[in-house]
Amino acid sequence: MSEHIVSRYDDELNDVARRIAEMGGMAERLVDVAVGALMRVDTETAKQVIADDKKLDALQRECEERAVMIIARRQPMALDLREVIGVQRISSDLERIGDLAKNIAKRVMALDGQFQSKRFNTGVEHMAQLSLAQLKDVLDAYATRDVDQAYQVWKRDEEIDAMYTSLFRELLTYMMEDPRNITFCTHLLFCAKNIERIGDHATNIAETIYYVVNGRVLEEDRPKQDESSTTAVAYEQN
Amino acid sequence: MNQLAMNTTGLAEKVSIRNLKFFYGDTQALKTINLPLFEKKVTAFIGPSGCGKSTLLRVLNRMYDLYPRQRAEGEVLFDGKNVLDPDQDRNMLRARIGMVFQKPTPFPMSIYDNIAFGIRLYESLSRSEMDGRVEAALTRAALWNEVKDKLNSSGLSLSGGQQQRLCIARTIAVRPEVVLFDEPCSALDPISTAKIEELIDELTTDYTIAIVTHNMQQAARVSDYTAFMYLGELIEFDETAKIFTSPSDKRTQDYITGRFG
Repeated sequence: MSEHIVSRYDDELNDVARRIAEMGGMAERLVDVAVGALMRVDTETAKQVIADDKKLDALQRECEERAVMIIARRQPMALDLREVIGVQRISSDLERIGDLAKNIAKRVMALDGQFQSKRFNTGVEHMAQLSLAQLKDVLDAYATRDVDQAYQVWKRDEEIDAMYTSLFRELLTYMMEDPRNITFCTHLLFCAKNIERIGDHATNIAETIYYVVNGRVLEEDRPKQDESSTTAVAYEQN
Repeated sequence: MNQLAMNTTGLAEKVSIRNLKFFYGDTQALKTINLPLFEKKVTAFIGPSGCGKSTLLRVLNRMYDLYPRQRAEGEVLFDGKNVLDPDQDRNMLRARIGMVFQKPTPFPMSIYDNIAFGIRLYESLSRSEMDGRVEAALTRAALWNEVKDKLNSSGLSLSGGQQQRLCIARTIAVRPEVVLFDEPCSALDPISTAKIEELIDELTTDYTIAIVTHNMQQAARVSDYTAFMYLGELIEFDETAKIFTSPSDKRTQDYITGRFG
């Protein structure tokens, strides 16, 4: 895209886009570290995640303020307008992702000293990998304004949803097996839900990219595979 | 640009510009323009200086006739009749298609006579009927409360913004069907500009409006439809909401986002 007659305007737009990239990197790291801390029940690392989330919040406020300033000073039109709206939406999605990572970290504190078993973790870890891959892809798509890549992310979210539904069943089964599992598995279930939500934010970002580039909203219905709200596991008496 | 991409069902074309070409001597200023003005809607013409938007406005009520060596080809259908026909009564046309200019141009006479002057050309009214018409026009132009106690003062004694509203009152006093605004706010401060924009909003209940403006935000604010012109051509015509959020043509986008030239 050619440049604006007023070059400061370009600088301002580039500046907010760069901040989004920075926020994206930070959000990815928070999720990665929080899930790592969960797997090891590492409370020190978890505390660090909680502290670092404040930095992401601060970045989000800055991004928001700068976007508002661009609107006030430049009255952006057409693709510039969509760009600024995109910055606002994506920054709040990334901020939410940070909150979800923080929530996982808080649960690590609660799990400290609880009865646990390594086999519980596999599913959550796998889901986290997938969510992180989605997040990475969507941030790449934003950096290059690659609508196809964004669309692929959007499509792929159903895998995470499906995985969440099966993990839900799995954790319920562990809980039925032995009541001592309940505390750990319940927290794990909430963590899985958070990870699933992170995937949803990645698809929100994908939708925003689609809008920023094409000037219209993605209207297709996204296939949904999260059936956990209607899932039940029968209790078998031995 | 040949056909309209948007949905136009339920819209009546008050003015239909068909294959319009315009020449200043040997210079072609408009190249085959096709464009509707929908009834009781506001259509904005935008584009860089010299793109032909003011020329287009001046064709609609045959203002160009006042100058030698200027000619138009094609058709401008106004309620189905071609206003470019040689037998068109131009005074009657300009009463039905009124115009407000960039600089306020009150006549050097009293506020009252500024309004009454035009009416007297077309109708002979009793004093009380005339009083009523003057008051109605000034009220419609949101000026009545400011001038009702000094109707005999000169129109030139008013502020720029008031003078512009006086000109709008004068234009609507003769009960036109279409009002053309040629950069009506470019000489006004933001408050007067807001008052004119408010007025334009209100006028759409009765009038079809075309406005030329260099202020992109103004076009976005006041109009329902926007036509982007460049080098005498109509590049894009669409709903204003579409033009300013997601225009189809790259030239439109470059212009409205400040990337042109």
